[in-house]
Amino acid sequence: MTRQENKKKHKWVHKDLLGLEYLSREDIELILDTADSFREILDRPIKKVPALRGKTVVNLFYEPSTRTRVSFEIAAKRLSADVINIATETSSVRKGETLNDTGRNIEALKADIIVIRHNCSGAAAMLARHVNISVINAGDGWHEHPTQGLLDIFTLRKRFGHVEGLRVVIVGDIAHSRVARSNIWGLTKLGAKVTVCAPPVLIPPGIEKMGVTVKTNIDEALVDADAVNVLRMQFERDERNVFPNQLEYFKNYGITMDRIKRAKKDIIVMHPGPINRGIEISSEVADGTNSVILEQVTNGIAVRMSVLFWLSQATKKIGHEDID
Amino acid sequence: MQTKKEVLTKDEIDRLITRLSHEIVEKNKGVSTLAIVGIRTRGYIIAKRIAKVIEEQYNARLDVGALDITFYRDDLGLASEQPVVHNTEIDFDIEGKDIILIDDVLYTGRTVRCGLDALMDFGRPKTIQLAVLIDRGHRELPIKADYVGKNLPTSQSEIVEVKLEEVDGESGVFIINRQDDQTGEQEKT
Repeated sequence: MTRQENKKKHKWVHKDLLGLEYLSREDIELILDTADSFREILDRPIKKVPALRGKTVVNLFYEPSTRTRVSFEIAAKRLSADVINIATETSSVRKGETLNDTGRNIEALKADIIVIRHNCSGAAAMLARHVNISVINAGDGWHEHPTQGLLDIFTLRKRFGHVEGLRVVIVGDIAHSRVARSNIWGLTKLGAKVTVCAPPVLIPPGIEKMGVTVKTNIDEALVDADAVNVLRMQFERDERNVFPNQLEYFKNYGITMDRIKRAKKDIIVMHPGPINRGIEISSEVADGTNSVILEQVTNGIAVRMSVLFWLSQATKKIGHEDID
Repeated sequence: MQTKKEVLTKDEIDRLITRLSHEIVEKNKGVSTLAIVGIRTRGYIIAKRIAKVIEEQYNARLDVGALDITFYRDDLGLASEQPVVHNTEIDFDIEGKDIILIDDVLYTGRTVRCGLDALMDFGRPKTIQLAVLIDRGHRELPIKADYVGKNLPTSQSEIVEVKLEEVDGESGVFIINRQDDQTGEQEKT
């Protein structure tokens, strides 16, 4: 009953979704509650509702991405919106057009929502300041990936029925991970206890200020954990050549069945994908009964439908929103 | 100032629901193909009550579902109030069934239009029949109820408020005259 009451009181006011840092606990709960309703639609014979009929969603991706882009595309189509995909390799971006100009052109084309993935932290926020239509951050540099954070939290909440008090371990390249940052913002706002775990070189200095515990030993971190969120080791990003080698990483931090057996019996294993079998997670765990990795993929559609839905509700009444 | 007048008491509501239940079974010549779907929030409460009466009186078991019509509304983004989203729960096959769609108040007909569209996304029922506790008139779409608890002539400046114990803690139907009413309570369609 409390969730229902929360729904009644809380109003969505944000034009954009740039990061979980800028949302309140109530905002996050509203998105998750509504995602529950959208999750049910995905199991219907006709998986489509007319809520965003006549709206246009533009996917603007400056970084390669299949799963996030497809997930947003499916989410928008399930809401009856029209979807345009712009892959920047084949667009006028190659001719030197700036991000803001591209954004304003998309706005002039009468699109309603831009979903942007960019390798620079802050790109989505800058775009949001220069256009009046809604902007969704689908990952900006090392900063945030809010819909991934929301779908991870949604998956936790569906499994445990609550988020408050859950012990969640995030293991992997914390320093370069926007997924980790969004998870930390969201989880701590909802009252979960977050531990980050990685080799010292992959832990950003000062991360404790975000309200997390830091551990460098994964076996210690997994004691009492309700869930472990395994990040992909992004070896392609190791420009300074400081990462441990793959075998060493798997030995010291890889999530193996051996480690899962020593953890809580019903611990759940999450991964934002794509998974590297035998590097950060063993096949046995990825395909095992503790894994919710594919559930996350399905939940991602529902969460993104919810975000698209609420942004389309806000734009009509509340004009430009300034986050800084 | 607003005035509030009780037009149906708890007992009267109970009797209307019992009568509606019998009418539904009579018109469908039995219960074998019946299933009941209520529109959130109060339509679903009434649906559960009707199902209970039919199950007890006819020694049957009925499928009961809840429908939230928010995503089908024609005023999304236009209404002054943000929508409140609830869950839809229809965990049975509606294919070939006689579906009784239930709402508390029939007014403009727009909610029922949403309900019909939403139901069709679950399959192809044999029939959909509409049952309402109150029909207050002022239709804006060509929609008519098959079963009406009570016809209640109203003016458009009035609000019909249905209260049911399960969600409101009390039962009764009230007409609120909202002349000079500043609260702007969301209109029930």
